[in-house]
Amino acid sequence: MITAERKPLEELIEYIKPFKRILLLGCNECVTVCAAGGRKEVGMLASGLQMARLKSGTSVEIQQHTIERQCDPEYVEELASMIDGADAVLSMACGCGVQQIAMRYKDKPVFPALNTKFMGASERQGVWAERCQGCGDCLLGITGGICPISRCAKQLMNGPCGGSTTGKCEISEDVDCAWQLIWDRLKTLGLTERYLDIIPAKDWRTGGGSGPRKIIREDLAE
Amino acid sequence: MENFEPVIVAFCCHYCAYTAADMAGSQRLPYPSNVKIIRVPCSGQVDSLHIVKAFEKGADGVYVAGCLDGDCHFKNGNVKAAKRIAYVQKYLEEIGLESERLEMVNISAGMGHRFAEVASTITEKIRKLGPSPIKASASL
Repeated sequence: MITAERKPLEELIEYIKPFKRILLLGCNECVTVCAAGGRKEVGMLASGLQMARLKSGTSVEIQQHTIERQCDPEYVEELASMIDGADAVLSMACGCGVQQIAMRYKDKPVFPALNTKFMGASERQGVWAERCQGCGDCLLGITGGICPISRCAKQLMNGPCGGSTTGKCEISEDVDCAWQLIWDRLKTLGLTERYLDIIPAKDWRTGGGSGPRKIIREDLAE
Repeated sequence: MENFEPVIVAFCCHYCAYTAADMAGSQRLPYPSNVKIIRVPCSGQVDSLHIVKAFEKGADGVYVAGCLDGDCHFKNGNVKAAKRIAYVQKYLEEIGLESERLEMVNISAGMGHRFAEVASTITEKIRKLGPSPIKASASL
């Protein structure tokens, strides 16, 4: 999923300062799962913003709403009348959702309430870790299911480097050495001979090196 | 300020603090009427949103009363509640409210005396802090 964290309240208060009617918009997908921008977080933020405003002697009208996906035009379209009644939108979606709203409602100020962080997986309750950088040419099939792009600090294609000590990366004791994990997993799978193959330098054109990327499915595209 | 009577919301676990409040009552122990008790099935069931809403609606103080360490009827709801309280305390600071207005306490079902004592101590603390700035502005 795409993970995100709420921006500091101070920054958000500053964004909405000039406005009287705010639409605080949550998203039911990734940001709900990582507890950053779902219905509950919308409620928490609405309360927080309202209290901060009251404390400074003003108040703000905050309409709370959460849609299925802010990154899909079908759902964004349904917001038309609601957005009409607001001076500005504070979106609790990832960057994709915020941009979708901004693109559809061109004359309405839209602000991000979250900082979008990374594509990650849940390690345990309340902990998410980076697992994919969307490089566009997945290596997991030859690295034992462990990604050296998102999990190695140097993104080494042939590791580990000299900074790997007792299975940990030199950047922090809390970070596993991805190449140690890859080696351990290849051993478990009985595929250690694969480790001897030199993986060629990565072609980053698929990973954003050629500018913004797009997928077009001819059979689906209208 | 001298006449200030704080409104305090106490989320009390059914298995401990709420029963302790009952016991305080049967033992005729006086405690401040400022404390408005809300019975919950477990302190771990008290959501951050419940607490924040209580403040938004004008509470001057809020406390969550759960079971003693290791005594939670649902294994560890009280531990989860304590973590949540710490999280909301930081949020209150961000909003500009004193984090002391929110507290987690642990009371067993047999501690009627402690219930009354906690209610009095917290009421006094909030009285000293003064009215919530939210309530003051909202009523203008």
